[in-house]
Amino acid sequence: MQTIKVLYFASLRELIGTSETSIEATGPVGAAAVWKAVNPSVELPGSSLVAINQSYASLDSMVQPGDEVAFFPPVTGG
Amino acid sequence: MTSLIRVQTDALEPWQEIAKFQTDNFNGHTDFGATATFVGTMRDLNEGDEVFEMTLEHYPAMTEKKLAEIVVEAESKWPLLHTLLMHRVGIIKPADPIVLVAVWSAHRAAAFDACRFLMEALKHQAPFWKKENLVSGQSRWIAKNTPGIS
Repeated sequence: MQTIKVLYFASLRELIGTSETSIEATGPVGAAAVWKAVNPSVELPGSSLVAINQSYASLDSMVQPGDEVAFFPPVTGG
Repeated sequence: MTSLIRVQTDALEPWQEIAKFQTDNFNGHTDFGATATFVGTMRDLNEGDEVFEMTLEHYPAMTEKKLAEIVVEAESKWPLLHTLLMHRVGIIKPADPIVLVAVWSAHRAAAFDACRFLMEALKHQAPFWKKENLVSGQSRWIAKNTPGIS
């Protein structure tokens, strides 16, 4: 059993009320399933972006045990 | 070829940073004919509301990775001699510089095009987020960027 680290930023961090959590995993899990597992009662806002190990991914992408997955709104830097 | 990427909470002084970068890295080189720069500054008005200050948040590990990737991409597309990319995070006040992009090349086409590419890639890909604190006391996250191409 290994941990998947889950991060939230900006408006999603405020929506969830924390910046970081984790789940235990024994094998690969889809990013959408990770969200559902840690936030069963909160729907992921439609415009949200996903990154796995600091690279953009999609909700269909697989997260491996030991990975870091982040959920955040569209970026607005610069 | 030199590149410097920095994300900082301290005030950003773009013109001093450009001068310092040249002093530190150019070592008497005289091969550059073009320097293009872009400085993004905080406005005090957005969507009709007066903005008192802004909080800029980022995802540090991904910001570092993404900015490094876009600099490598620019260096592969254009014959750049030097690249400087700096971005503020934390509490920002109106008129504070937020972002600095500077590129040096032999000729202007590469300098102009690479500077624009870096700025647009940063805006669309680097994980930064802005929250506005309005004079009215309300606060709100900026939902999306304005278009970068007129």
